[in-house]
Amino acid sequence: MSSPNPTISHSVAAPGVRQLTFGQAINEAIAEEMRRDPLIFVVGEDVAEAGTPFKVLLGLVDEFGPERIIDSPISEAGIAGIGVGAAMTGMRPIVDIMFGDFTTLVMDQMVNQAAKIHYMSGGKLKVPMVLRTTMGASRRSAAQHSQSLHAWLSHVPGLKVAIPATPYDAKGLMKAAIRDENPVVIYEDKLSYPIKGPVPEEDYIIPLGVAEVKRTGEDITLVATSSMVYVALSAAEKLAEIGISAEVVDPRTTAPLDAETLIASAKKTSRVIVIDEGYQEYGVTGEMASVIADGAFYWLDAPVKRMGAMHVPIPFSPALEDRTIPTAEQVVEMAKMLCGRN
Amino acid sequence: MAENPPVDTEQWLHVYEQMYKIRAFENATNELYLGAKMPGLAHLYSGEEAVAVGVCEALNRDDYITSTHRGHGHCLAKGAAVDRMFAELLGKEAGYCRGKGGSMHIADQETGNLGANAIVGGSAGIATGAALSIKMRKSGQVAVCFFGDGALGQGLFYEVANMAALWKLPVIYVVEHNLYGEYTHHTETAAGDVLTRAAGFGLHAVEVDGQDVKAVMAATAELVARARRGDGPSVLLCHTYRFHGHHVGDINRAYYRSPEEEAEWKAERDPLSLLADWLTENNVEQQVIDQLEATVTGDVQAAVDFALNAPYPSPDEVTSHVFA
Repeated sequence: MSSPNPTISHSVAAPGVRQLTFGQAINEAIAEEMRRDPLIFVVGEDVAEAGTPFKVLLGLVDEFGPERIIDSPISEAGIAGIGVGAAMTGMRPIVDIMFGDFTTLVMDQMVNQAAKIHYMSGGKLKVPMVLRTTMGASRRSAAQHSQSLHAWLSHVPGLKVAIPATPYDAKGLMKAAIRDENPVVIYEDKLSYPIKGPVPEEDYIIPLGVAEVKRTGEDITLVATSSMVYVALSAAEKLAEIGISAEVVDPRTTAPLDAETLIASAKKTSRVIVIDEGYQEYGVTGEMASVIADGAFYWLDAPVKRMGAMHVPIPFSPALEDRTIPTAEQVVEMAKMLCGRN
Repeated sequence: MAENPPVDTEQWLHVYEQMYKIRAFENATNELYLGAKMPGLAHLYSGEEAVAVGVCEALNRDDYITSTHRGHGHCLAKGAAVDRMFAELLGKEAGYCRGKGGSMHIADQETGNLGANAIVGGSAGIATGAALSIKMRKSGQVAVCFFGDGALGQGLFYEVANMAALWKLPVIYVVEHNLYGEYTHHTETAAGDVLTRAAGFGLHAVEVDGQDVKAVMAATAELVARARRGDGPSVLLCHTYRFHGHHVGDINRAYYRSPEEEAEWKAERDPLSLLADWLTENNVEQQVIDQLEATVTGDVQAAVDFALNAPYPSPDEVTSHVFA
């Protein structure tokens, strides 16, 4: 991972705060919750001894056994459906979908079943399940293993969607997701797994639907999600060198969306770029830009700009793939333009 | 009944009452539709009563079922009350889902009903997940997944049946083979043989006359015992027939099935007549059956009146229950 070390506001050198990777933070969150609640279990492809292809769940099967860390066949729709049924009948499943691209295979179970069961039953049944999956390009994995499809499930009422950027957020949001009484989908950026950051030892959760200002600034707001938080922080460093003070706001969840924090930052700085690794067209950047434009219209000095993945299938060749995802340099150029500096 | 055990006419009268309740419910539902008193549509279960009742009579109250778009029979057989069922069909607050689900989404956790499902085959995952939950919680329950032969075209069933077999889950997949998926005969949509599909996964599979409630109940009881023993999942293939069209609006259907075929099933293979005949042959007086039918018909009419007069939910409720 070539991203710079992020500056994060909860970076405190307090006792009990370790430097953990994003992957370790996810692992620790699940392990701690599984110790607390025997009803929690994990089901997915290669989650047990293999610990997933990304090794994020390594060791869990040793502590909790194959009865609670369950290796499944390669049947995404099936394990999602089994998760829904188990959640409806008293368990708290964590369903592991290896690549976010494979969420296309679980759409009926998430969209028509999990999302609607509480509502359709007039509030009698509930589905307290977590579906964790991945997102993100730049791993030379080509078009079917590189997409960031979090907009799809964010579109559906009844689902919550978290997209953590930092190890601290990953642990706190995962714990919140596990304890939530509703279906929650967590998208983990594959390139973020080795990123290290401070994570306290004590139990904490981050409520779903609360954004965080990752860096304060005065001239322009960079709303950025997941991997794009690092792009935005890197751009903010470069902008500071030329006298532009950028604020970086991480929504942390797309559903529910903390519109208040986004609008407040937009009112403060009067210029906004929304950056997200999903496809830009009909994507979460469109929703967030609209929310901001609506809520901060009279405070804005420029149109709200969006930056997302190019509208092409993610290509394999590095020469092509690297063109598809927003970079810090592109964000800097866009920010300079909005601030009248070029 | 090979050994001629003593006939428990009380038990079979109760079974008849359950089946008659479903028939009367569906007749009243059809009337509500024809009288333009019901929003939307309904898929009637008439003709298939022996399947739902035969299966559910072999279950405990806390055993789970998942149901289908043609689900009124499953809900009633598992113990739902007719008044709250009609209220749901009419979108009223007193309905099982406060009017939010309607005919195709009735759920009642108090009778173990995890809900009807309007996605064909969509509940196979839920039933199998409930079975995994049963096994993990060691609760001793059983989960039953009702679906029609049309759902055999859906891939989800094969994914979860595979896992159910691998993990020996206490789930029974009940195939209500009524010959038609919507408006198409099964020979146009399903290759091979249903039981060999089950055999491919190593699933224990049993075939039964779905119009014979005693046969359905006996077969189910064995499969339930098997599941409770920890011997794993099974398939119960029930041959049956829907007396009405795909839904209440499917009136002119000679293009896909002949009036002669319908008439023959109704005359020769009506599950209610078959059980009533057996009851009278076993010395139950016709008057007892008539009285039972009159009582149920009265209950159903009272339930319809209750639902028609019940209030709609407050419009403010549109935003409640999105999240738990």
